[in-house]
Amino acid sequence: MGIPISYSFRNLWTRRLTTVLTALGMALVVFVFAAILMLAEGLRKTLVETGSYDNVIVIRKGSNSEVQSGVSRYQASIIETEPEAAIGADGRPLVAKELVVLITLPKRATNSPSNVVIRGMGTSSLTLRPQVKLIAGRMPKAGSSEIVAGRSIAERFKGGGIGETLRFGMRDWRVVGIFDAGNTGFSSEIWGDADQLLQAFRRPAYSSVIFKLRDPSEFETVKKRIENDPRLTLEAKRENQYYLDQSRMMAKFLRILGMSLTIIFSLGAIIGAMITMYSAVATRTGEIGTMRALGFKKISILGAFIMEALFLGLIGGCVGLFLASFLQLLTISTMNFQTFSELAFSFTLTSDIVWKGLGFSLVMGFIGGALPAVRASRMNIVESLRTV
Amino acid sequence: MYILKLLFRNAFRHKLRTALTILGVTVAILSFGLLRTFIDAWYSGAEASSASRLVTRNATSIIFTLPLAYKDKIRQIDGVKQISWGDWFGGIYIEEKNFFANYAVDAKSYIELYSEYVLPQAQKEAFFRDRRGCFVGRKLAERFHWKIGDIITLKGTIFPGNWAFVLRGIYYGKNEVADETVFFFHWDYLNEALKKRGSIFADQVGFYMIGVKDPNRAAEVAQAIDRTFKNSLAETLTETEKAFVLSFISMSDAIIVAIQLVSFVVIIIIMAVAANTMAMTARERIGEYAIFKTLGYRGWRIAGMIVGESLFITMIGCLLGIALTPFATAEFRQLLGAYFPGFAVKMETVYMALGAAVLVGLCAAIIPTWRAVTIRIADGLRRIG
Repeated sequence: MGIPISYSFRNLWTRRLTTVLTALGMALVVFVFAAILMLAEGLRKTLVETGSYDNVIVIRKGSNSEVQSGVSRYQASIIETEPEAAIGADGRPLVAKELVVLITLPKRATNSPSNVVIRGMGTSSLTLRPQVKLIAGRMPKAGSSEIVAGRSIAERFKGGGIGETLRFGMRDWRVVGIFDAGNTGFSSEIWGDADQLLQAFRRPAYSSVIFKLRDPSEFETVKKRIENDPRLTLEAKRENQYYLDQSRMMAKFLRILGMSLTIIFSLGAIIGAMITMYSAVATRTGEIGTMRALGFKKISILGAFIMEALFLGLIGGCVGLFLASFLQLLTISTMNFQTFSELAFSFTLTSDIVWKGLGFSLVMGFIGGALPAVRASRMNIVESLRTV
Repeated sequence: MYILKLLFRNAFRHKLRTALTILGVTVAILSFGLLRTFIDAWYSGAEASSASRLVTRNATSIIFTLPLAYKDKIRQIDGVKQISWGDWFGGIYIEEKNFFANYAVDAKSYIELYSEYVLPQAQKEAFFRDRRGCFVGRKLAERFHWKIGDIITLKGTIFPGNWAFVLRGIYYGKNEVADETVFFFHWDYLNEALKKRGSIFADQVGFYMIGVKDPNRAAEVAQAIDRTFKNSLAETLTETEKAFVLSFISMSDAIIVAIQLVSFVVIIIIMAVAANTMAMTARERIGEYAIFKTLGYRGWRIAGMIVGESLFITMIGCLLGIALTPFATAEFRQLLGAYFPGFAVKMETVYMALGAAVLVGLCAAIIPTWRAVTIRIADGLRRIG
């Protein structure tokens, strides 16, 4: 016969202060663990949603990002004639020749400068990115010094709001609209007419050419043709792969940092659980002896104490995840080391992270409780009864 | 003296528990020290920079260039002593993960301006003579096992193609903070190649480094430079080298803030663990405290015993942690030294760790002390176990 589960649970209740302190330690570890997973997930989500599997981005060979790349008008017009590009509603191919540069803008809150992406868009740029939606104002007129700002730029940077002006390239640019691109990287960009921006920045070449495939499976064919064309020194990537590559360094950094922190911190919490469980066993020596004398098996004693430790872990896990869920309200904006541009992403809680967090807390509880529980189950009946 | 002996004996009454708590504190202090050192390493670039040097770059952003012709105009400005210029080359050595900073610089003036980079005379001359020459920091040369005379090929990301260089010199830093992981080569070499290709980047420079006569007038000189190029095609932004580096760091400050917060979280975690230990200890000894009270001991003496024991345990853990931190940082330097040149434990970190340990010791003792001091003698004697 087993020991009722309520025995383990009530024991925790009797020693409230100790339980709370131990669970608090575990809760904080789970909090850090979940926070880092949420951050990595947020970054991944932002990047995956930014690029589309059906779109191809063409940049100069060897350049890692659009900012470093250069595609001359001649080369861009060759790309425009690729037969694999889809045809839009107006009968023209869905190809956008874009310019991407960085400008330094001060933040509203702190006045500290940060690098913001300005994208000069072609006629099809919007059609190629269905995730970009205008939420206020209008799109800029072609041939004018007008720009639209992403929601995240409008909120956080000086001069980014509707009706405000930004000065660069010896011109004043009026913000005539604000667009929302959800969680994608486009929300941290400013868009304007590519030809106007080329003029303003004195650039003779575009940065990239983006087109939609008429059939996603034709990517390999078109990639081969572009990369083997002697007139072009360009490389083609799927758009979603391009954005994943852009922040591989950032993702790796977060992963390494997160894992090493979690491992070190969990050591602390496991030690805490161990102390608690050892003392729980020590103060109940007589009780354990009595139970053994009543006929409870060693294995039931072991189970009861492991159960208690698991409960402890579970409480910590739940509290930690509860606290971590509030992080979803926060948005992190930081510089992507690879592109030197601003990248904003938010903590994202998924059911997968919840299960991982709970599992992690149970594992901590189990490791902390295992040795003390073994000690409890191995006690000699007569000697333990004598200690009372 | 008796009190000390009592403290010591008490602390080791539950050897296993005390050992575990000490281990916990050690781990916490160790990770606290590591995180702090990591943050310091992030700022090490700013510390290595000089206040008497100015950086002029394009006001729009770092990816835009400035005409080479600006050098003569800047040189004429009052207060400017020396001027050098260069480009962030952004080359990749074999693979992307072999990242290191590489610059094309106007060699003679740059070496003069950066007196903290010491290059032996013979190597310096060899470097000046060879247009394809390059010189690198001592740590960088060690990392890739380069020797003088080696040919190093970088793949350009901003300037396309493969660029071959001959290693002509290895510099070392005059002081601790100087960055010994940078790769320099002749700006002329880059510029000639760009001219041949008809690139728009020919005769354009990424940044000017300016030495000022009087560091106290640096701000004034910076303003004078920016005023000169106001309303031109390429407006400039001039700031001290330190401000320039800091502005870069501040762009990723969200990460630094997160790490700072986490370094405090680990202290709170260990506070919970230590408080738990002390709470259990005090609960078991409540009868003893009642006896002490009966014998005439005042509340503050009992409080002293509990706080003393708590401090004793945390301080042992703290000292162990501090002693281990340098070894752990050495490990990290192996892993991350390429990205963070200055990875060294500072005295401040040690003081902060000590302070944190004292705080943990005191906080851990609050609840047990309050319980022990306020309990009535009769109640205390009645409680068993």
